[in-house]
Amino acid sequence: MSKKPVEKKEVETTGHEWDGIQEFNNPLPRWWVWIFYATIIWGLWYTIAYPAWPLVKGATAGYLGYSTRGEVADEIQRFKDMNAELETQLAAADLTTLERGSDLHNYAIQSGSATFATFCSQCHGAGANGIKEESGYPNLLDNDWLWGGAIEEIQTTVQYGIRAADFEDDTRFSEMPAFGDDYLSDEEISQVVNYVMSLSPATKADADASLADAGAVVFEDNCSSCHAEDGTGDRAQGAPNLADAIWLYGSSEEDIAHSVAVGPKGVMPAWKGKLTDAQINAVAAYIHQLGGGE
Amino acid sequence: MSDTPEQLYAPREPVFPKRVKGFFRSLKWWIMAVTLGIYYFAPWIRWDRGPNLPDQAILVDMANRRFFFFWIEIWPHEFYFIAGLLIMAGLGLFLFTSAAGRVWCGYACPQTVWTDLFILVERWVEGDRNARLRLHRQKWNGEKLRKRLVKFVLWTLIAVATGGAWVFYFADAPTLLMDLVIGQAHPMAYSTVLVLTATTFFFGGIAREQVCIYACPWPRIQAAMMDEDTITIAYRDWRGEPRGRGKQRDDLGDCIDCNACVNVCPMGIDIRDGQQMECITCGLCIDACDEMMDKVGKDRGLIDYLAWKDEAKERAGHAKVPVMKHLLRPRTILYTSLWALVGVGLTVALFVRPAVDVTIRPVRNPTYVTLSDGAIRNTYDVGVRNRHGEEWPYYFALPLGSDLKIELEGSDKLVVVAEPDTEAKQRVYVVAPPGSEAARKDRTEIRLWIVDGVTGDRAHLDTVFNGRGK
Repeated sequence: MSKKPVEKKEVETTGHEWDGIQEFNNPLPRWWVWIFYATIIWGLWYTIAYPAWPLVKGATAGYLGYSTRGEVADEIQRFKDMNAELETQLAAADLTTLERGSDLHNYAIQSGSATFATFCSQCHGAGANGIKEESGYPNLLDNDWLWGGAIEEIQTTVQYGIRAADFEDDTRFSEMPAFGDDYLSDEEISQVVNYVMSLSPATKADADASLADAGAVVFEDNCSSCHAEDGTGDRAQGAPNLADAIWLYGSSEEDIAHSVAVGPKGVMPAWKGKLTDAQINAVAAYIHQLGGGE
Repeated sequence: MSDTPEQLYAPREPVFPKRVKGFFRSLKWWIMAVTLGIYYFAPWIRWDRGPNLPDQAILVDMANRRFFFFWIEIWPHEFYFIAGLLIMAGLGLFLFTSAAGRVWCGYACPQTVWTDLFILVERWVEGDRNARLRLHRQKWNGEKLRKRLVKFVLWTLIAVATGGAWVFYFADAPTLLMDLVIGQAHPMAYSTVLVLTATTFFFGGIAREQVCIYACPWPRIQAAMMDEDTITIAYRDWRGEPRGRGKQRDDLGDCIDCNACVNVCPMGIDIRDGQQMECITCGLCIDACDEMMDKVGKDRGLIDYLAWKDEAKERAGHAKVPVMKHLLRPRTILYTSLWALVGVGLTVALFVRPAVDVTIRPVRNPTYVTLSDGAIRNTYDVGVRNRHGEEWPYYFALPLGSDLKIELEGSDKLVVVAEPDTEAKQRVYVVAPPGSEAARKDRTEIRLWIVDGVTGDRAHLDTVFNGRGK
């Protein structure tokens, strides 16, 4: 530290004085002034180099051609390039032999999760549980499958959808008749409804035994060809299992009666062509490992 | 306007500390040797952890988010150990400051230690104080150029070694050294070495005491930790004054005004002006003064470590008392207790870390799934942290007698084999049979057991099972 007395020198004031307090007219330090000029030059250069001046439509583009949108596009492209090899492998992969825990499987799950959130969660819910029980949208977490829960079955369903108009030849198609349209009387419907209720562990307790007995005949005559004699359904034609605890369109007597009367015809879009093969395979792999995969 | 304003800027007066010998100088050499030795060589200590783990004793592995310290391995979720160490460092600083003033500044602060090292080199190259002063004042010639050049080269070597040593804590040291030399290291390693080389050179060689005076906040804060019992460096002016040179000392005090204390001071102050902000209490002026007092046959301790309380008493004519008796007082005892409390807490926490470290995250979208037979299933994401350097099996189980069933996604067994030094993530299903109490109730508290397949150590996870609630 300096122990020398500090030199004192006269400093000009601005002439302003308030209550005896005067304002020095010190010059700005030179380094400060130079930085100030440098920032002005920098600022001018910046408005030329980068998008800056507003015009009637848009703004000047700047000679560096920079845009935040372009930066995002570059970033996305970078990730795409990084994933390109895995994407190619996934598109060509045989899902039945996809090894769990492999890099490709992990990639498929991560990628499928994102695709699911974007394209599937609107109906099936963010948790893949069909939004809520008995909503008419299948819960993909349980072990009840209309068309099969093996990974290649899921892949087919995603590819061609269910009752999808744009893939008439390949889509999963089944038709439950509207038995209310002159096929069955209200009484017969009531009987068969109580019969199928007696088959399901979820509704057994609420079924009327005498109506159910009568309904057994109605069921055999009208329903067993698709839903099988014991009511366990037939996946080959997408006929639901009526003997399990899960009711897609509601488990109350009214709900089931409504289903029998009108014949539900849920639709799932076909994703072939809308999603890439890799995306479809990814979604199939993702759904398959949610808990219900077979 | 008659008053001329005082200039607020003062140019630096260069300081040329003179060589000194004595107890405190030796103490500082030892501390320098130990601290720099640890800093430069610690990354090179090897520690065998098995085939899949690094064999560096001290390693901050940023990429894999691991901190290795000999037999201790810290994962990111245990960062509170680091926080605890920082709290201990803070409390330790409080303790030392309240007991002995700026001992940290004077002996252990990196700024002091490296500045000391740089001054040592400067003295080797350019000579002691007088020679350096002469060199400083003389015009540029061959000799000055040569000496400055040699000094700067040596400083640069030290600075490079310092910046270089830092990066070795973050990667395998021998590999990184080779990579650095052949130009294959990560740009981050080079830029870190470069920046730390520059700061070491600048702070140790050029800025020196200015860092302590202008840049460091610690001197401003520590006054809050000091009181009249705190040991600081003081000049016994009641014994030394009036100072003066010469053999005729009838009217003079013990101070022979030899300026030895000023010449050795790395901060460039005169301790005889009294306690001052710049003083880092390094004790070199004590060594210098004691040497002179021995030569002129007077008692040592004209400049000495003293507490303010004793200073007042001695001034009033009381005898000298051992300065150490000030160390034990409520304030220091309190700081020591707090410090020890945190230390014991951390040590205990370290040793009771569970042998099987597991986490659970119930999946709540949806809360439960009805299966086709009417059973209710809940899903849990379980993490098992395998700290071993090899694959390790962990078994999952529910308590004996539970009517619930447990299943692992993607496996028909109840075992997870975790990769070495990795947290294995496993989706776990717990199923309540149709009509069971857990399936009907809204919520049931359940416990999952995870058993180390090798040692048999167990850990449990308490969580909630959601049923239909109807």
